Amino acid sequence: MNLPDANLLRDQLVELIRPHLKPDTVFIGIHSGGAWVAEYLHQKLGVTTPLGTLDAAFYRDDYASRGLHKSRKSHIPVDIAGRDVILVDDVLYSGRTTRAALNELFDYGRPARVDLAVLVDRGGRQLPIAARFCAHTLAEPLADDVHLRLTRDEQGHFSLGVENA
Amino acid sequence: MHNPQLNRKGELQHLLTLDGLPAAILKQILDIAEPFTEVAEREVKKLPLLRGKSVFNVFFENSTRTRTTFEIAAKRLSADVINLNVATSSTNKGETLLDTIDNLCAMGADMFVVRHATSGAPYLIADHLRNTGREHISVVNAGDGRHAHPTQGLLDMYTIRHYKKDFSQLTVAIVGDVLHSRVARSEIAALATLGVPEIRVIAPKTLLPTNVERMGVHVYHDMREGLKGVDVVMMLRLQNERMQGALLPSSQEYFKCYGLTQEKLELAKPDAIVLHPGPMNRGVEIDSAVADGKHAVILPQVTFGIAVRMAVMSMLAGQ
Repeated sequence: MNLPDANLLRDQLVELIRPHLKPDTVFIGIHSGGAWVAEYLHQKLGVTTPLGTLDAAFYRDDYASRGLHKSRKSHIPVDIAGRDVILVDDVLYSGRTTRAALNELFDYGRPARVDLAVLVDRGGRQLPIAARFCAHTLAEPLADDVHLRLTRDEQGHFSLGVENA
Repeated sequence: MHNPQLNRKGELQHLLTLDGLPAAILKQILDIAEPFTEVAEREVKKLPLLRGKSVFNVFFENSTRTRTTFEIAAKRLSADVINLNVATSSTNKGETLLDTIDNLCAMGADMFVVRHATSGAPYLIADHLRNTGREHISVVNAGDGRHAHPTQGLLDMYTIRHYKKDFSQLTVAIVGDVLHSRVARSEIAALATLGVPEIRVIAPKTLLPTNVERMGVHVYHDMREGLKGVDVVMMLRLQNERMQGALLPSSQEYFKCYGLTQEKLELAKPDAIVLHPGPMNRGVEIDSAVADGKHAVILPQVTFGIAVRMAVMSMLAGQ
């Protein structure tokens, strides 16, 4: 399958967001791929508010069937109340991760506005969720048993790959 | 051998003791606890993991701290918590332990947190639930007789790992009333499983179980000898309420020989940490200068205890 170059996508995402940036916009990346993308956007856009990360594992709706595995600490270093937040993920799929992340986010405060930014929309939504900033939408939705993953090498280069579940 | 705490897939189903629990599961609990420590810093100190579940704290023996921290942990996970102080309830009217449990099951319990003065009571409950086809209900041992207090052992391990990182380099001394202490048994089991090379117990002969060396520990009767070069000092409470007969001359005498003072602590490593499961008897097993001093990590233990109990409960409810 022909996947786009994730390094080009991240630069396109920078330009999509740039016109909408406010001085106190807060970037929050969802572990782990989304945190890498958020880190890149944060640096390229010269954002001065500290970068946040979320691991929405505790808010997922499949906890009862999948159980609990090791997760990372969420870290929101600024008060998000009354601010614009851009939630960043690598791949948008069912929308369930975004739902879990939104729920977690609101336990930290009430943002003025939340937007979603993703590198790739792979289709297959199961919830009414859409990304305001999306660098690439796959022409055909991927099959359910295919994982689309972002990886980051030691030099910080991104690449997208598919694995069969 | 079948481990009654694990289900067929080898996952934790009940937490009854740390003795015989594989190192991988101990580490998994400590790892899962870590992100829970952050919840206390949020505006909304709640996670939805146990939403809609009913946790029954069934305490056949009095305890304020343990019950409260279990209650906070369950509430931070959004569970409904029901506290039963059975010490002052139906058992006084003649109801048996298993009848009490059956009644609570009929009220829709999903998890029992049990403290009982009789060693093995939580096992009896877990067995009963299995034999009656109610495997989905979990039991957490919150202290049974002189046998075990696994979540206290776990929170001590969490505290040690937080400050010392690597268990395989440590010398740990457990000081005090080992004989009556379920905490000491859980601590020794966990320290050994996690690979601590040197575990010492420091106590008078009258406060040691007869076969204590068989637990893989080195015994010291002289506190000054035992504290030399240790990284971690784990104090135990002198359990006045469990003392029968003349095991000690007096608490003043005990403090002189086995109380942790600044002067004795100087024999340990300069960066040694001091743990105490609480409640402390100041001036009996620990001097106030030490309890409030820079080596003490006694209050962080309490905070970590909530995260560790959240980890245990969310693991049990998610299997």
